[in-house]
Amino acid sequence: MSTTNNEKGIVPAHHFDSVAQEEDAGIQGIWLFLATEVLMFGGLFVAYAIFRGMYPEMFHHASKYLDTKLGALNTLVLIASSYSMASAVRSTQKGDTQKSFNLILITIACALIFMTVKYFEYTHKFHEGLFPGANFSHPGADKHLGLFFGLYFVMTGLHAIHITVGVGLMVWLLIRIKRGDFSPHYFIPVDAVGLYWHIVDIIWIFLFPLLYLIG
Amino acid sequence: MSASHSNHSDSSHHIVSASTNLTVFLSLVALTVITVGAAQIDFGGVWNIVIALAIACVKASIVLLWFMHLKYDSGVNRVIFGSAVFFVALFFGLTATDVFFR
Repeated sequence: MSTTNNEKGIVPAHHFDSVAQEEDAGIQGIWLFLATEVLMFGGLFVAYAIFRGMYPEMFHHASKYLDTKLGALNTLVLIASSYSMASAVRSTQKGDTQKSFNLILITIACALIFMTVKYFEYTHKFHEGLFPGANFSHPGADKHLGLFFGLYFVMTGLHAIHITVGVGLMVWLLIRIKRGDFSPHYFIPVDAVGLYWHIVDIIWIFLFPLLYLIG
Repeated sequence: MSASHSNHSDSSHHIVSASTNLTVFLSLVALTVITVGAAQIDFGGVWNIVIALAIACVKASIVLLWFMHLKYDSGVNRVIFGSAVFFVALFFGLTATDVFFR
């Protein structure tokens, strides 16, 4: 990695001293954004913790309505997608854009599997009358059960929106890879989308035990 | 502050080796299996949630350090992320004290 930037004709944007500085600034901006993501989900996690502290038996009971196998499957699917994304960033850094293209395709496939599993989980809950609102009905269950499913749908729903946005971002990366935009000297967008994708995985790493594994 | 960067003319970004990425992936899969297994056992009291959260924290740290390159990154990014976690902890700590100990 001793070649200079100028040799490759790569020049930083005019307000940066060097390509390295431009990269650091871009990635630092992404970390600031990720901090706001942690704060946004953090509010929901605090709500979860407070209500669970108030109604521990209800949470224990409510968790039994969720399918641990499907939750575990989705956890593994997201971990696999994080692995393929990390490998895609690596391939881009090494200059193998075709491999990077294929790995991002695999990551998108994992995201779609995740959303399909989520679709079946959600529709099943709708049929059981577990979606909070006018049609929420579960005779004989704890009267605070709606609280758990309110948290469940908001937390996993916000997470699913992030997955969907991530798919859009990865399609954008595929188009830019085909256009030949990236090289070992310029890959900030791939790195940035990768970081975003990993934080979405980390959110799920906490959602899975908190929602599915307390029965 | 950025003295560690100046010795790279090209890029400050570390390329994580393929074997490291694979090891990270396999560790995350193993920890997922462990956390599902641990949930089937009743450890009594608050121990189940403590163990589940401890495993989740280890998994999150592994992702942050290697997949998200924080191990090789500038200290600033670690401070940014750490501050977000700190403020969530502060939010939880003060709210919990108010709700449960008032």
